Amino acid sequence: MITFDTDPSRYKHWRVAYDGAVATLALHVAEDGGIVPGYQLKLNSYDLGVDIELYDALNRIRFEHPEVGAVVITSARDRVFSVGANIYMLATSPHAFKVNFCKFTNETRTGIEDSSTYSGLKFLAAINGACAGGGYEIALACDEIAMVDDRSTMVSLPEVPLLGVLPGTGGLTRLIDKRRVRRDLADVFCTTADGVRADRAKEWKLVDHIAPPNRFAALVKERAAALAKPRGDKGITLPPLRREIDAEGYHYRWVDVVLDRQARVATITVKAPDHSTNSFTSALYEPAEWWPLAMARELDDAILMLRFNELEMGTILLETRGDDMRVLSADADLDRNRDHWLARETIGLLRRTFSRLDISARSLFAIIDERSCFSGTLFELALAADRSYMLHTKGNEAPRITMGSESFGLYPMANGLSRIANRFAGDSAAVEKIEREIATPLDAAAALGLGLVTATPDELDWDEEIRLAIEERASLSPDALSGLEASLRFAGPETMATRIFARLSAWQNWIFNRPNATGAQGALKLFGSGTKPKFDWERV
Amino acid sequence: MAIDYIERIPNNVDLGGNKTLQRALEHWQPRFLDWWREMGPSDFLASEPYLRTAISVDRAGWATFGHVKMPDYRWGIFLAEQEPDRCIGFGDEYGKPAWQQVPGELRSTLRRLIVTQGDTEPASVEQQRLLGHTAPSLYDLRNLFQVNVEEGRHLWAMVYLLHAYFGRDGREEAEALLERHSGDADRPRILTTFNERIDDWLSFFMFTFFTDRDGKFQLKSFAESGFDPLARTTRFMLTEEGHHMFVGDSGVARVVRRTLEVMKEVGEEPDKVRAAGAIDLPTIQRYLNFWFSSSLDLFGAESSSNAASYFAAGVKGRPDEAKFGDHLCRDGAMTLDLPDGKGGVAREEIPLRNAMNEAVRNAYVHECAVGARRWNGFVAAAGFAQTLTLPSTRFRRSTGLWTDQPVDPAGNVVSDEAYAAGLPHWLPSDGDRAFIKSLMQRVTEPGKFAAWIAPPDRGVNELPIDYDYVRLN
Repeated sequence: MITFDTDPSRYKHWRVAYDGAVATLALHVAEDGGIVPGYQLKLNSYDLGVDIELYDALNRIRFEHPEVGAVVITSARDRVFSVGANIYMLATSPHAFKVNFCKFTNETRTGIEDSSTYSGLKFLAAINGACAGGGYEIALACDEIAMVDDRSTMVSLPEVPLLGVLPGTGGLTRLIDKRRVRRDLADVFCTTADGVRADRAKEWKLVDHIAPPNRFAALVKERAAALAKPRGDKGITLPPLRREIDAEGYHYRWVDVVLDRQARVATITVKAPDHSTNSFTSALYEPAEWWPLAMARELDDAILMLRFNELEMGTILLETRGDDMRVLSADADLDRNRDHWLARETIGLLRRTFSRLDISARSLFAIIDERSCFSGTLFELALAADRSYMLHTKGNEAPRITMGSESFGLYPMANGLSRIANRFAGDSAAVEKIEREIATPLDAAAALGLGLVTATPDELDWDEEIRLAIEERASLSPDALSGLEASLRFAGPETMATRIFARLSAWQNWIFNRPNATGAQGALKLFGSGTKPKFDWERV
Repeated sequence: MAIDYIERIPNNVDLGGNKTLQRALEHWQPRFLDWWREMGPSDFLASEPYLRTAISVDRAGWATFGHVKMPDYRWGIFLAEQEPDRCIGFGDEYGKPAWQQVPGELRSTLRRLIVTQGDTEPASVEQQRLLGHTAPSLYDLRNLFQVNVEEGRHLWAMVYLLHAYFGRDGREEAEALLERHSGDADRPRILTTFNERIDDWLSFFMFTFFTDRDGKFQLKSFAESGFDPLARTTRFMLTEEGHHMFVGDSGVARVVRRTLEVMKEVGEEPDKVRAAGAIDLPTIQRYLNFWFSSSLDLFGAESSSNAASYFAAGVKGRPDEAKFGDHLCRDGAMTLDLPDGKGGVAREEIPLRNAMNEAVRNAYVHECAVGARRWNGFVAAAGFAQTLTLPSTRFRRSTGLWTDQPVDPAGNVVSDEAYAAGLPHWLPSDGDRAFIKSLMQRVTEPGKFAAWIAPPDRGVNELPIDYDYVRLN
């Protein structure tokens, strides 16, 4: 089983150093430290284990070190920055793992940009040695890139010429969208296996700053200092997640996952805060007891655990349990403190976690029944779902949804829209009409009338309707469903992130499945074997 | 600048009729001369060593001797004669006609290999630039300069390939070859060994014996290349490389012979040998350990995906490929020793194509061992029991399976403490280097030699040993 639990005392691959407002993450991959046996992580190449540590390190900087305003990502190895994802790991991994690996690494990199945009945490890549493929893609996720100019160090995206696949962590997209590299130069760059040296890299806008080795450290220091604006003073300590794993599923304090292997359905239940939950003021001292952060971390972990360990759980039912007034009051508490770094970082974690749900290749059904609390922030779960079923019944037990302002912009999706705006595909009149209902408890009829839920069976139909919907869903082709959902979930504009998660990932995953890459004579399969790949020359 | 190409740059590549090459060289040649003045042998621009110049590839032309100022040396461009209907001798393209142009799909690979090889040629000139001041004789000074100008010519040979076959990229790479400098912190040479200092003549002889010999094996691998211009260029380079091997081989031998003479007089005690002005055998052994292990890294990792793809693509073969039975190596395997992570040795089978570096390294080690046996022959003939031994190929490696492993020169995995404690005894110490440096006194009288080295058996080009091999002017 793959878990995402780690902490700095257990890092094998990253060296973290703090110096005032600047943190340095130096990559020093342990060659024999692969997350599974069977390959050596040479030349700072990485696998999932390396990226899990990176993800953990980033979260620790976000929450434990608000005094840090800039992160330098560099290498602790001599003359090599990173040569990207380990090819032997990729070549020997099953397709689903490759896809999940790329998705997770992509999320970590868009997470870097998310923190830069929303939290003012800036990133500087310090390329101090050979930098290829995924190594350069980490750099591309940073705000600025500095590169050593020793007349031999190269930066490259050699995936196409060497491996017959694409740079899979946003490299192509970021070249043109983010760094505005001219497309013809990008074409030359991405088909030149060796890449380019620092002078040309600067000329082509592949990097921002270059300096010879003896001035490089000074340059990095200077740029990091210029980027670093502290976000806060004293950080909190992220406690280890309390999680139990048993045959039934994963059990956290606020999140519970129940697996029905027979039906291939997982149920994620998110609980509302209860009387034991801290307010924001005490969160700074007892973060473990503070619901928004604890719940976000648990939900994030649950989604990742399901993705990597439960490939056949095709349908995820999203449920909530508890008192929705407590959810709304936690939201209000968060909102009152929204200028505080901890609130900002927690909102950021929630935003990225909901986004993780949006791009999970599982059918998502929200089940809104009499014990639910899909209000405020938790209404995002229903909005993230492909369908939502709300119980239509009378009396005090009838479920209600109370929207907060959160649903109208606090947690934008990858396409930059709120989930409500996305739901109505740019119909601003519809969105304005719904916005007037903020803070109004909406019953099933009202929610259906506003288009906020899909169907509202009454208590006589409920069980059977839900059973049929789930069983029917579970019978459909999982591939077709992934494509269908990914297409329908994102309306309106494209952004760099949607282009990475949709266009780029879809092409990459198609290529991963093609014989030209992964067939017995495919380029990825044969890389390093000394046998030339044999291509099917038909363009498809 | 107009250049009379045929007169100024002897060649057999129709330089006079090749506009592309002329344009490239017009730009590059003045920079090369600037580089030679700045980075070549220090303070010897006006000296006239007695040098061999190649003015054609035939027997009469490739070794033309005369006194010449080095900046006026006629660096030429020569390819070995073309074999008609030459076919690729190994890999997946086996039996197909050799390429007369760079195949598009191999442009990047070939360019990188040629640049890496090309980078070593001027690097060694830079490494050796101060040695002229401490030459133990005019004969040795002349040999040093001969090696230097020929490394310069080998740079020309690689630059010719870049200019003639790689377009604009090639011209840029050719310039970069003059911009990187050995040991320069900001613009170092590509390979670590070529950034090591060579500031004494014992190191120089070790370098020419061990490191230049790696160069010879690399060239022999390229001489098999399916890219015919590369194969022909390197084949001609190999004829010159023979002299470099001779300098190293005979240089170490003369040091050993002188040491033995002194040992016969004062006994085996290293201190006594040193006091008598010769280099004791244990010190020679430590230098040998250093340069042998450093040079082994140049062959690359024992198990190498690059080596496999170079072989598969027909780009880089094994030295003397024809003598092997199997030129495809699709199924074979080689068993390698590697650290088992528990202080012992494990064995692993790797596909033969991935083991090409090791195959070449084995041939190299074999040849080095022949040299060591010859030196030991002198020792035995002088009646002493000491021997000079090549350290294990696992010792002090910075590349491949044994990188940074605590291994003693005999190849045993030892504890980290034992390794740290042993290293000062296995490699030249600061004291050793200071002693060697103290011996480095310039001798400029024809026919005279420094006290730590025996004269050669014969002179250059059948001239007497006391010939005026360098007019110092």
